[in-house]
Amino acid sequence: MTAHLKLDKPQSDRLGDMAQGVIGRETPRREGPLKVTGRAPYAAEVGDGTEAVGVFARATIAKGKVTKIGLDAVRALPGVCAVITDERLLRNPAQGTANTAPVQGGRDVAYFGQPIALVVAETYEQARHAAHGLEIAYDAAEDAAVTPEDAEPESLESKQIDIGDLDTAMSHAAHSMDATYTTPSQNSAAMEPHASIAVWKGDELTLHGSYQMLKFNRNELADSLGVDPEKVQIKSPYVGGGFGSKLGIAPEAVGAALAAKELGRAVRVVLTRPQVFEATMRRSETRQRVRLAADADGKLTGIGHSAWVSNLVGEAFSEPVAQATHFTYGGANRSYRHLIHRVNRTCAGSMRAPGEAVGMLALENAMDELAHAAGVDPVELRLKNIPDRHPEDDKPYSSRRFADCLTEGARAFGWHKRNPTPGQTRDGEWLIGLGMASAARGNILSESHARVTLHSDGTATVETDMTDIGTGTYTILGQITAEMLGLPLDRVNVALGDTAFPPASGSGGSWGAGSSGSAVFVACQNIRAALAEKLGMEEDQLTLTEGSVIRNNTREPLSAVLDDDLTVEGHIEPGDTSEEVQQAAFGAHFAEVAVSAVTGETRVRRMLGCFAAGRILNEQTARSQCHGGMIFGIGAALTEELVHDPRDGHIVNHNLAEYHVPVNLDIPQLEVMFLEERDAHANPLQSKGIGELGISGAGAAVTNAIFNATGVRVRDYPATLDKVLPGLPDI
Amino acid sequence: MSLHTTLWINGETYALDADPRTTLLDAIRDHFNLTGSKKGCDHGQCGACTMIVNGRRINSCLTLACMHDGDEITTIEGLGQPGAMSALQEAFVRHDGFQCGYCTPGQVCSATAMLEEVSQGWPSHVSEDLEGPAPLSEAEISERMSGNLCRCSAYPGIVNAIRDAAEGGTT
Repeated sequence: MTAHLKLDKPQSDRLGDMAQGVIGRETPRREGPLKVTGRAPYAAEVGDGTEAVGVFARATIAKGKVTKIGLDAVRALPGVCAVITDERLLRNPAQGTANTAPVQGGRDVAYFGQPIALVVAETYEQARHAAHGLEIAYDAAEDAAVTPEDAEPESLESKQIDIGDLDTAMSHAAHSMDATYTTPSQNSAAMEPHASIAVWKGDELTLHGSYQMLKFNRNELADSLGVDPEKVQIKSPYVGGGFGSKLGIAPEAVGAALAAKELGRAVRVVLTRPQVFEATMRRSETRQRVRLAADADGKLTGIGHSAWVSNLVGEAFSEPVAQATHFTYGGANRSYRHLIHRVNRTCAGSMRAPGEAVGMLALENAMDELAHAAGVDPVELRLKNIPDRHPEDDKPYSSRRFADCLTEGARAFGWHKRNPTPGQTRDGEWLIGLGMASAARGNILSESHARVTLHSDGTATVETDMTDIGTGTYTILGQITAEMLGLPLDRVNVALGDTAFPPASGSGGSWGAGSSGSAVFVACQNIRAALAEKLGMEEDQLTLTEGSVIRNNTREPLSAVLDDDLTVEGHIEPGDTSEEVQQAAFGAHFAEVAVSAVTGETRVRRMLGCFAAGRILNEQTARSQCHGGMIFGIGAALTEELVHDPRDGHIVNHNLAEYHVPVNLDIPQLEVMFLEERDAHANPLQSKGIGELGISGAGAAVTNAIFNATGVRVRDYPATLDKVLPGLPDI
Repeated sequence: MSLHTTLWINGETYALDADPRTTLLDAIRDHFNLTGSKKGCDHGQCGACTMIVNGRRINSCLTLACMHDGDEITTIEGLGQPGAMSALQEAFVRHDGFQCGYCTPGQVCSATAMLEEVSQGWPSHVSEDLEGPAPLSEAEISERMSGNLCRCSAYPGIVNAIRDAAEGGTT
């Protein structure tokens, strides 16, 4: 049986009517015991030890053609089984939701570090040695563009927008600011490197991979290989982090599949950490000019946000920097420019909150600068500028407790204690400051399927190719099912991460929980209807709890009323509610920093995020997602920067010792508050995405706090010591 | 060329005949199929491969297997099982001290050995005093666990889990 819901109308809060009481509740991750004991198998770990092992040899020039590969010398090395130089090797991973192969062909070099050949041997040690020894000759191009300045930017027509007249608004403004901000290339740096084991049986391929969006990845892999997608199965039951870096099929999967086919045996390819940095995805560096015009009270009359980003030739993705600027604040006169430099640097793609993560650094710094110039409290400035309707297309918003996040977050944080004059608070060597920023992230529903079976023994099974990349999917899909079918959570089995199951939205864009969870909801709702019909009652009269049906004040176990399993495949599709209203989750970040007056080092002492994102499906996993986002934001503010060599564009700090993600001691205990909210337009769960809300604006709260502590305004991210120190007062 | 090495892992003897270039981590993951220890960087920079060797936590990717003949090694598999977890493992689950779970075996091994270091009075970079007992403050836990990266950024949960387990609590 199948059940379908297209979201053309707002949905009632059906989950809220249920009796089990498990939805929303703090519930530890169900796969937790497997993970903490090392028993959860990740992609590289499912082999039987007989796989051949592949290691990539990669380009050492920024642009040009491969003229010769020294195959013979390497083939003669001990253990070497094959050297794959197939034209189907990927230049770089597919972009998220691409659904087709990315650019292929190992002979045309577009960036330093591009995979050229896969050396396959009996052992990792042999393959690594041989790959390092592979001699590759090039005809290097003279016109490589290794920095954005080397390439005239392209302008994307649909993103050049003018509403009203910003120039005039700026010239008539009582208060205005016009500043340029820069953010560097960044890397998702998921802890598990990209890994694949490919196994062919005849013309059927099974790929054990580490991927976020299996239904797309299957088509991308099939298209890359030139085979029928029906012949390809991908399994990713455990994914060691993604943050966007595993959205699209990547070079190691295609390399493993090609090698396994050629050798007639299973092949494992795991990227080394430097390869993850150089041959997967980076977040583009950005240059952003923000202009704000305001009247004497601080009410915005205009906003301008222009962005310069970069990517390889042939890539459709470009960091959507101004995404949140369109709908967060009012102001009649608005102007946007979006320009893309085509560079010979590692491919740019989605990293946690593409757009907002860097766009809100600039926007929220600019708001702080305006607040300071206008003498208005930064929280007050934001409250003044929350528009009634979408400022550009006049759509109403769906649920939006933005103002409450600002005021309740400020109250909980003790914002009133902030001295608005910078550099006034001192604790020994340390200058203390408070800063804040708004958070906003658009909400998306994505088509998703899930199969739910209510077994005759009163247990249930959920099957979908949805992934759990640390997001809590195993747990929340279990909670939704348990709530809808009135089962204790331990009676619900959730199976994920296999393309043999119905295709889900995948994990990305913060849409995973709402989309895949809604498919589960739709299936459960129809199981309830079937059960009610069987019992001769209306579905809305059916009370299910603790594995029992309650009717006529008597309780009967489900197993007593079920003769057979009930199976429904639920299918959710976005509809008119995605178009008719502006849907977004909102929040507010507050940070207290200490900046050393001696060294310029910044330490985050306290941070609080107050968020409203519709129904929270599991308060514990949701809080962890917000922690993760906020900490990514702290990294972006203070330490994270991929450094490109100005000679050839290569990533100099391609490892975890020199690309500085936050470590434990960098992070204090963080506070996360969720405001009660339901969003009837978002999906039948009335939830909104939360995986990226926590990073949106977070870094700006930190840099705004640095300004409050020191009077130093760092507009060139990250705010490392060298950028803060020159502006500090003499000791 | 291959070298013979005998390793004592989680109380059992394992005989290894492997390429001398094989790291301790790769030997245990690839040759003995104990894949609980993770390879996050292979450079000793992330801590995902942390094992306890002769009582001390080390990055097992930074040492060759053939250097450990006769050594006593504890991996994550030796600390507990899903149905019989150690107090630390239970606390990690309870406090959500992880998300994707990939760094977690290293965090748990590291924390297990770290608590032993604290009980022996080893000071850390943030200790007030180099002599005497080291109280297990939040800063002490964070400093001593800073060799184990977590990109999901479960640091608040990790600190709470360790503190809870160390105090023998169940909250």
